Formats: sequence, C-alpha cells, structure tokens
Amino acid sequence: MYDFAYHKPTSVADAVKILSEDPDAKPISGGMTLLPALKHRLNRPTSLVDLGGIAELKGVKREGDAIVVGAMTTHYAVATDPLLKQSIPALARMASTVGDTQVRNRGTLGGSLANNDPAADYPAAAVALGATFITNSRRISAEDFFQGMFTTALEPGELLVAVSFPIPEKAGYAKLRNPASRYSMAGVFIAKTAGGVRVGVNGAGPGVFRQTEMETALSANWSATALDGVRQSPDSLNSDIHGSAEYRANLVEVMAKRALADAG
Amino acid sequence: MPQVTVTVNGQAHTVEVEARTLLVEMLREQLRLTGTHVGCDTSQCGACVVHVNGESVKACTLLAVQAEGAQVTTIEGLAAADGTLHPMQEAFREYHALQCGFCTPGMVMSAIDLVQKNPQGLTEHEIREGLDGNICRCTGYHNIVKAISAAAEVMHGQRAELAPAG
Repeated sequence: MYDFAYHKPTSVADAVKILSEDPDAKPISGGMTLLPALKHRLNRPTSLVDLGGIAELKGVKREGDAIVVGAMTTHYAVATDPLLKQSIPALARMASTVGDTQVRNRGTLGGSLANNDPAADYPAAAVALGATFITNSRRISAEDFFQGMFTTALEPGELLVAVSFPIPEKAGYAKLRNPASRYSMAGVFIAKTAGGVRVGVNGAGPGVFRQTEMETALSANWSATALDGVRQSPDSLNSDIHGSAEYRANLVEVMAKRALADAG
Repeated sequence: MPQVTVTVNGQAHTVEVEARTLLVEMLREQLRLTGTHVGCDTSQCGACVVHVNGESVKACTLLAVQAEGAQVTTIEGLAAADGTLHPMQEAFREYHALQCGFCTPGMVMSAIDLVQKNPQGLTEHEIREGLDGNICRCTGYHNIVKAISAAAEVMHGQRAELAPAG
C-alpha cells in the first residue's frame, strides 16, 4: 500500500478537525475493509485518522426505548453485550455471524455501516429497526443514510458517532453466506415495531432495501403463511458469478421465512 | 518515521516503522519473530493470528501503529521460560493436529482465544464454527478439533493433564 500520515486523536472534535482540514484524509475504525482496499491501492488517502483512541465512540447504553451503540463498538462486543442480548437479541445474533472471529474482534458496527457494502449485515438491521444515525453534527434516519452501493449521507469531515436502535417487539435475521467470502448472498432482517413490520434486505441488490410487500403481508398477518403469496422480483437484483438475480430473488423469499422463524 | 511501543511476549519494544507497516511485518521483519506466518495476506487464512490485548486478530490486517501501547502475544510467547509447552501446543503435538504446519501458529492462537472466551466448554460444532477464520490447506481439521477439545479440559482445570490421544 501507499504510505500515509497517521493520526490518533482522542476526541471526536479532534478527529473531525483533522478530517475537515484535509479532504483526502480518511477515518479508520477496525480497518477490516479499508486496509485490504489500501493493500490493493484502490485508495490513496493522505492520512489515516485512527478512531481507536476515542473512548466516547465505544459502548452500548439504553436511552428511553432505544439501544444506542457507539460507532467503534466491535462486532464481538455487539454480539456479547448483555443489554443488547436482552433487548434486541436478533442484532446480537447477527453480529455473531459477521465475517470470522478475528474480523469480529476488530471490525466495528460504525465502520460497517459507514462503508455500506451492499452485502454487509448491519444495514438490513438498521433499516428494519428504523435506526437513527447520530453524527458529530446531526441525526439521520436509516432510509436517508443509505444511498446505494458504498455511499451514505455522511458529508466529508462528518463522523458517525453512534447508532440508536429502537427496541422492537420481535426481530429475526437469516442470511445465506457465500461460502468463500462469508458475505451475505441474501439476508433478511424482519422487525415487528411499534410502527408496523419492517423488512430489510441485504446482499441481493446493489444496496440495502425495504421489502414493502412482505411488510404489508406481515403487518396484516404475522405468520409464515402470510409470506407464501409474496414474490420477490429479480428486477434490479445482482447477477454475478455467485448467483443470478432469479436465484437471489428466491433466496430473499427463503431467508424471509427463516428470519420470521428466528423472530419467533 | 512513526515510532511504536508495544509489549511483545512480555518484553517492551520501541520500533521505528512506516505508518503503512503491518503488525505482522513488524513482528517478522523487525522483531524477527517469524513464528507468525503470512499465508494469504488478505485476512482470510488466519496463519498470521496473534493476540492483541488478549484477543485474536489477523496481524496482516492491522497496522503496527494501531497496536501502540498494546500487549501482543505471538506463538513464541506461549511456552513457559523452561520450555514447557502451553496446553494448546501440547495438545496439538499429542493429537497430531498438524501436517505441513504452516497454519499451526495461527490455529493455536485462535484456539486459545476461543477456549478462553468459552469457559462453559465447547461442543465439536462450536469448535469448528470458532475456527472459521483459519484455513488448513492440508485439510487436517479433524485432529485440530480433537486437540482443542482436549486442551480446553486442561485450560479450564477439568483435567490436570491432557487426555492421551486414542
């Protein structure tokens, strides 16, 4: 990889200052995606701003009817946090299936969400749970945050600080992993929330999306039979060496039923 | 050039590195701890697994500067000063949990983290799942799983000594 300058600020304000002053500086959280990209020279930042020294970005806490997870909380910490396991167990279980053990020890919730890989797990949960993204300057809804493949609403110099997940009545997740890359071929997160049923889909399309027909069917009838009549269209789904759009469409239907069973 | 101060296997080191130097490069090329291997260099194979502050990580996907101030343990740091092997190393030997040996350091480091995080014990399935970040291209997984299961009994104090391989 190309060399770069390295900064390790200890506060969000200091990190934002460095990132604002240099448009070619990049924040690094766990680095599980960024470092492989830098090795391939896909990217040439002038400097890396390591968020690992900022204590205020870590941790899980309850605020009212939501669980707020700091952006630098690792997947392992999300998977094993007692509060999350009790309040949103589907999110904890999801975190326990990200990558492999070593990726979960380093990779972070905020890093994954800010990267917005179409096949990443968390975006489906954030969309289905109706999460709110808290940055150093504002709050962004999940639907506004995700703007297509590897693109988010974050402005240059803006840092994701935490994500607030409203506690659902029930939630479940299921995915089919690509056996080599471990990324989701198609994953479905279903949440029964105060505002109705919400269904987030990852892996299958060019970005996370809500499956509104499933939402309508499950809002009317929270049971597996309600999903029987819902077809996922292959239009606009991904087609590549790992699977056709038609295959992925079928996977979305199958994973939705498994996610519903997971929600109980 | 940035300087990084780390404690590796109990010994403090201050090393000059480039910002882009990977932890595994610093360990192998500057500290000459070549027990940590580089297999794929794409964070998939797990040959480079070391412990940073007690957690298993892939040293090919961590900058040396990110380990500033950390406690790092490599395969060289497991055995006691008198040469007595760590129970996991001993189990890998007893159960013949290696063929070519290339993946072994990473397997051992991952296995120790796995056992330490699961004091309630591990089923065979959980051990196999827990090794999803380590690849053995001799496909010698069967004895690796047996070795980890046996070592876990010793590490958790359920047996004083390793159960002999059958």
